[in-house]
Amino acid sequence: MKMSGARIVLECLKREGVDTIFGYPGGTVINLYDELFSFKEIRHILPRHEQAGVHAADGYARATGKVGVALATSGPGATNTITGIATAYMDSIPMVILTGQVPTALIGNDAFQEADIIGITRPCTKHNFLVKDVKELATIMKKAFYIARTGRPGPVLVDLPKDIQIAQCEFHYPETVDIRGYKPTVEGHPKQVEKAVAMIKEAKKPVIYVGGGVILGNAAEELTALARRLAIPVTTTLMGLGSFPEDDPQSLGLLGMHGTYYANMAVSNCDVLIAVGARFDDRVTGKIAAFAPHAKIVHIDVDPTSIKKNVRVDLPIVGDVREVLAQMLKMVKAQDTAAAKEKLSPWTAEIANWKEKHPISYRQTGSTIKPQYVIQRLRALSDPDAIVATDVGQHQMWTAQFFGFTSPRTLLSSGGLGTMGYGLPAAMGAQAAFPDRQVIVVCGDGGFQMNMQELATMVQNRLNVKIVILNNNFLGMVRQWQELFFDKRYSSTCLELPIDFIKLAEAFGATGLRATKVDEVDEVIRKGFETKGPVLMEFKVAREEKVLPMVPAGASLTEMVLAS
Amino acid sequence: MRHTIAVLVENEFGVLSRVVGLFSGRGFNIDSLTVAPTNDESLSRITLVTRGDEQIIEQITKQLNKLIDVIKVIDFEAENAIEREMVLVKVSAEDQSRAEVLRIADIFRAKVIDVTPKSYTLEATGTPAKVSAMVELLRPLGLKELVSTGPVVIGRGSKGWRG
Repeated sequence: MKMSGARIVLECLKREGVDTIFGYPGGTVINLYDELFSFKEIRHILPRHEQAGVHAADGYARATGKVGVALATSGPGATNTITGIATAYMDSIPMVILTGQVPTALIGNDAFQEADIIGITRPCTKHNFLVKDVKELATIMKKAFYIARTGRPGPVLVDLPKDIQIAQCEFHYPETVDIRGYKPTVEGHPKQVEKAVAMIKEAKKPVIYVGGGVILGNAAEELTALARRLAIPVTTTLMGLGSFPEDDPQSLGLLGMHGTYYANMAVSNCDVLIAVGARFDDRVTGKIAAFAPHAKIVHIDVDPTSIKKNVRVDLPIVGDVREVLAQMLKMVKAQDTAAAKEKLSPWTAEIANWKEKHPISYRQTGSTIKPQYVIQRLRALSDPDAIVATDVGQHQMWTAQFFGFTSPRTLLSSGGLGTMGYGLPAAMGAQAAFPDRQVIVVCGDGGFQMNMQELATMVQNRLNVKIVILNNNFLGMVRQWQELFFDKRYSSTCLELPIDFIKLAEAFGATGLRATKVDEVDEVIRKGFETKGPVLMEFKVAREEKVLPMVPAGASLTEMVLAS
Repeated sequence: MRHTIAVLVENEFGVLSRVVGLFSGRGFNIDSLTVAPTNDESLSRITLVTRGDEQIIEQITKQLNKLIDVIKVIDFEAENAIEREMVLVKVSAEDQSRAEVLRIADIFRAKVIDVTPKSYTLEATGTPAKVSAMVELLRPLGLKELVSTGPVVIGRGSKGWRG
């Protein structure tokens, strides 16, 4: 059957199992929107800014593991997606972004609302396509989804000129694709895996260092099983939180710049470091020359470029982390656990000592609300399977330190790019995917204002996100750096204007609640969770509270500024 | 260390900019770059010369391989490769230097491809070392213009790149 390019796009989405897309109409996607008008299998959510649409698709993807889809028009619509795409690219989130483009004959002509989005997104997509012939459209869509979700996942952009959307063509969706230049490695090299297991078994002070790859690769179960079977302590990056239950005694929590004392000490003193789906980011390693100085490093990653990019690696294994961990598990017997525990008991004791000496802590004194306290109460009062999105800054680190994540895909946070404004729309996307689960977003007052227009989208689409604003009236993380390293010269970090967030929420038709004293915190959280619809909960928190521990930029992980 | 790397890519629009963008975005060097279609019309072959320590060269080849449109990356080792480049040189040639230019051309088996009362234009082909040796000898005589293809490289032996 012949159909228009616009219709073909929707048919492809349907065949890829897409049920929700986030998009914004415009001149060059009007044909797509016309088809969408009567295409009932796909739910379309209209954000109030294309950037938020992409973040929402990203939140949807992180929460579900499926490919998130966003749609924007050409020119400014397309350029507004860039921050969203770059955010997803840095965190390896599977996404397909569809953009309209001026008609093929006008490309390069500086036409109205024309932007070279293929050129612009080349460095921040896993791949991108300009469709030049409607006959290639279905194959390109198939390739786009395949590339987005396989190997190291990432965003793929498909640019759709207006005439391609109008042109008619027989629709045939290919069952499979073969891309000769793209063959991700799945299985780990058996000899390497064998060597790794031997090295780990011999270790006296092993640590597993887990990154977002374990979550993206759906390998949390295998990772947890392996760690428990060999009694190895586990630390995670921000992106890896949730891959190993933080309430497990083997958990060391977060490592790196704002990691726990014991995680950073363990990594700095370990003899074998097993990095799984992690990429040795500078926020994790601190001074690279002093990172895990005594350790042999085993690095398991699906992306060969991650290996030996920043640090020397003694034993690289390229492969899908889930496959490789499963291969390793086969070589480790259940009866090995007792022996491992016995052998590692001095190491476990050393770590227990660090934990006791400097636990992750803060002091709640007086009636002023400490932001960390709000995070702890959120954990205590929220559903066990609640999804938590964060923005970027101090509140993000406090959430990472104090929430205690126990299962994968429950934390949505912009780790690599560190995108302020990410949290609110990402939470919206997760809520669209899981209408019946509790979705919370923790924001600062700064980041919230970067995408607060999305309150409209939430109210309109019954995306009942519970918004938590830790309001210190500062751009707190930069303020903290200014306090510590710039002699308290708070250049442009005080937001000054006191915004009435309650009225703001109400203006959009949402509910607003506020707590200014510590004894109001529980009540506001309870009421916020009970109230139907989107709720904004504002907590006026201690203004100059710092995120600690902190490893100053460029220092080694052992040089932490600790909480007093 | 100088490395000559051959990159076989899909012969499609935009592929060269992906390769070049990778180098500029990640701060890798490109000393020279040459690109043209191959006997297989669906493929283009890029030959590029870059520099870096072992770790950087490893990253370069891995990052190139990661590009979806890259089919194969070959980092040639000098002893297993034949490398050639071509230069066209316009050199001043008046009075006594006219004979000197021709002598140098003869020694390097360069061809005179254009001549005027004030200049010779030479075409020379060879290894980068040979070509640059010739250029250095011509330089004191007055180089007006030099254009080079940059090296292209092919493996020694009977096997093609597909093995």
